[in-house]
Amino acid sequence: MSVNDIAKSIKSIRFGLLSPEEIRKMSVVNIITADTYDEDGVPIDAGLMDRRLGTIEPGQKCQTCGNRVGQCPGHFGHIELARPVVHPGFAKTVYLTLRAICWNCGRILLKKEDYDKYVQLMEKYRRRWPQLRHKLAEKIMKRASKLQECPYCGREQFKIKFEKPTTYYEEHPEGNVKLAPSEIRARLERITDADAALLGLDPQMARPEWMVLTVLPVPPSSVRPSITLESGVRSEDDLTHKLVDIIRINERLKENIDAGAPQLIIEDLWELLQYHVTTYFDNETSGIPPARHRSGRPLRTLAQRLKGKEGRFRSNLSGKRVDFSARTVISPDPLISMNEVGVPIEVAKLLTIPERINKFNIDEMKKLIENGPDNHPGANYIIRPDGRRIDLRFPKDRKTIADSVEVGYIVERHIKDGDVVLFNRQPSLHRMSIMAHRVRVLPYKTFRLNLCVCPPYNADFDGDEMNLHVPQSEEARAEALVLMLVQEQILSPRYGGPIMGAIQDYISGAYMLTKKTTLLTREEASQLLISAGYDGELPPPAIKEPEEMWTGKQLVSLFFPRDFNYTLKANICQKCGQCKKEECPHDAYVVIRNGVLISGVLDKKSIGAGQPESVLHRLVKDYGTDMGRIFIDKAFKLFLSYIDSRGLTIGLDEEELPKEAKEKIRMVVEEAEQKTAKLIQIYNEGLLERLPGRTLEETLETKIMQELEEAREKAGEIASQYLKETNSALLMARTGARGSLMNLAHMVACVGQQSVRGERINRGYQNRTLPHFKPGDLGARAHGFVYSSYKDRLNPIEFFFHAMGGREGLVDTAVRTSQSGYMQRRLINALQDIRVEYDGTVRATDGSIIQFKYGEDGVDPAKSDHGKAVNVDKIIEKVVGAGVI
Amino acid sequence: MVKFDILKHELVPKFTILSKEEVEALRQTYGIRKEHLPWIRKSDPICKVLGAKPGDVLKIERNSEVAGKSIAYRYVVPG
Ligand SMILES: [Mg+2]
Ligand SMILES: [Zn+2]
Ligand SMILES: [Zn+2]
Ligand SMILES: [Zn+2]
Repeated sequence: MSVNDIAKSIKSIRFGLLSPEEIRKMSVVNIITADTYDEDGVPIDAGLMDRRLGTIEPGQKCQTCGNRVGQCPGHFGHIELARPVVHPGFAKTVYLTLRAICWNCGRILLKKEDYDKYVQLMEKYRRRWPQLRHKLAEKIMKRASKLQECPYCGREQFKIKFEKPTTYYEEHPEGNVKLAPSEIRARLERITDADAALLGLDPQMARPEWMVLTVLPVPPSSVRPSITLESGVRSEDDLTHKLVDIIRINERLKENIDAGAPQLIIEDLWELLQYHVTTYFDNETSGIPPARHRSGRPLRTLAQRLKGKEGRFRSNLSGKRVDFSARTVISPDPLISMNEVGVPIEVAKLLTIPERINKFNIDEMKKLIENGPDNHPGANYIIRPDGRRIDLRFPKDRKTIADSVEVGYIVERHIKDGDVVLFNRQPSLHRMSIMAHRVRVLPYKTFRLNLCVCPPYNADFDGDEMNLHVPQSEEARAEALVLMLVQEQILSPRYGGPIMGAIQDYISGAYMLTKKTTLLTREEASQLLISAGYDGELPPPAIKEPEEMWTGKQLVSLFFPRDFNYTLKANICQKCGQCKKEECPHDAYVVIRNGVLISGVLDKKSIGAGQPESVLHRLVKDYGTDMGRIFIDKAFKLFLSYIDSRGLTIGLDEEELPKEAKEKIRMVVEEAEQKTAKLIQIYNEGLLERLPGRTLEETLETKIMQELEEAREKAGEIASQYLKETNSALLMARTGARGSLMNLAHMVACVGQQSVRGERINRGYQNRTLPHFKPGDLGARAHGFVYSSYKDRLNPIEFFFHAMGGREGLVDTAVRTSQSGYMQRRLINALQDIRVEYDGTVRATDGSIIQFKYGEDGVDPAKSDHGKAVNVDKIIEKVVGAGVI
Repeated sequence: MVKFDILKHELVPKFTILSKEEVEALRQTYGIRKEHLPWIRKSDPICKVLGAKPGDVLKIERNSEVAGKSIAYRYVVPG
């Protein structure tokens, strides 16, 4: 069935209430007994499983429509309620309506002139602002609830009180009078059709009294099928259980009324009937206990079937399941292209693409058919032009089948290298969470991906799994290739910069390779270039005597376009007061002229992932996504090859400080301890000056925190001064590859203040954090300051405080993800159908305008320069060829 | 109390009521009915000050951080 075969299209949907007559009319049986099956397992007539309600057992014919299981749609029954009950879904509307009408004559409580005015207004709204009608109705109801006396019959009006979920009282001078549903229904019946329209109801579709039920529809048995367990015990659906309750109480109520039982007993039963009907609709209604199964489990009634994550909407309607998909653990492969995804052979043999045989591919297709389902480039099915499917799993002699196929047959062949697939990692928070990759069939059982696509997927390899989908049509593949291919997503709409790029070892490698001191022999240089897939000539060596040597900068330059100019400051820049530019002692001033890296090292700032205004950003933006991909695939391999050959590691002894440095750190920390002691002393003497907007205690806390934070910073500085320049952790921190100077300080100098809720640790025992301290001790040690470094080891008390701070961090992330997930859901639901039209306006599906120009300036952030439409400085630099930093 | 003139406040952008012809031109440019514009209620302070009535269309000229100047329109509805 295609789009053109649609027999009828839906223009609009109208919701209304079922009238009692309609309920009876659509019913095929009046249910009167609470029993379902007799001893022989045969459905009881007029019971909840009456055979007229539709078939659920295979082979049986429906007593109503004569169809079998798949064909019979199921048929409604009904229950005649002995007394009316309020429909719990409309309890609030009933309340608002009752307030607005006269209890005696049923007219809206509006003075004649107001009434006429509103009638006219409503008519005008109906013509011009139909969407605002309910607002007017609300206003009318509010206005009408104010009148104390009916302008029509002159009777005094009483205030109505509503108690959730379904109880109404009228406040008489003598006290509150409970309104029975029958009384409510009688009042609603008196409302004229014209008045109902004024209250926001369409009397044709929804008469107000239909909000009070006299007849209850019984859903078909297919909606609530009973299941037979292996033991032969029949188990009924929760809805059936609830309907049994309703029928039982209904019968008892009827009997008691017929027997003329006392009013009190009837009222009790009536209320019980209301309870059962309420919980039948929604078993999580606030204010009443949920109905439970015999086992104590709350019943899953109508509202529960629809609501929430496991409800009909989110689970069955929005959450569709698909074929042609695979899921497995991911692992890294730096040797495949960023556009590729490694697919295990076993997966490739199960995922197929339908390919129509033509005179060009017939030989290849015949070969695939011959290979069959178990040999990799093979095929699983053949579809003949008449639509018949041939399963290739069973026939022994596939050769004959292969010979028999002709042009026009469709072969469901295995996916193979170069096919386009969609690759996804949950949570799919932005468009880069699903990207198109080209297949690379590989051995072993994991999906393989290039490390540069880790940032957009937010993937790592500690057990992450990802999903893969195979587009089945040529259109879908073309669309995926043009719009979703990884290289088309390098520039992110999130911040107008590349989201993909170098991470971790790529950055360390790039830095070490491009460092001034890196000199490579002919053999080393050739080896590196070969591994990067470079097939051009080796440039002339930078050093000719005594041996030919090439610099790392020379090798990297081979991958830049010849007319590429760029200037920036590297991540390792020490922010020296007056920048010496090309003469920078740290080689942190990156200059690329005519595609040659003249000075500076490449690190996070120039090639890192998520770095706008970087070398990578310029390359992709000015030379296109193909250039970007090639640079990432080739030059990045150079960095990895270099780090592979040179090696980068950290060890315990590398984080050792000389005695001198340790002594200095000890002094700094001691000084801080003395300063805190002094502060506490001043505080105790009552001489501490209060900071604006803080209490005295808060002032002290802030000052102590400041003091200790300063001490930790100083300790860190001392540590980084004494660490060798060759320290690998320091290298990684400075280049931005991984970790920070603070992490390093934690390891070698001092871990510092631990905090819970942004304060020093103040919880635990009375007036002290642990029994190891004197009550009221305000000192650093007693409130979570960790003097030790990780290398020095933490003492038990420090360890305990550290665990407190660490626990808060974990809890925070857990809470934050769930909260932001819910926020994201709601945002997406609100925005999903909004789009930018060709005229630059942002519109909803009905053509209504939301923004007159997308983002006010009409700029696509993914194609912008860090959010701006153009970066004038960079254009000048490109033209003039000189740095403007 | 001295009545506060919201039109003079620096955070209130420039509002003008469009003439019939301007509204028609606007409808043509965007190919829409007036209801397809964003709405503004008659009870909104700016409508009270300008005396805008349901059915009118307001033009709003804002200073925009990203675009310098941005222009938007709103359709006045009752309420
Ligand atoms: Mg992980
Ligand atoms: Zn049937
Ligand atoms: Zn009356
Ligand atoms: Zn510098």
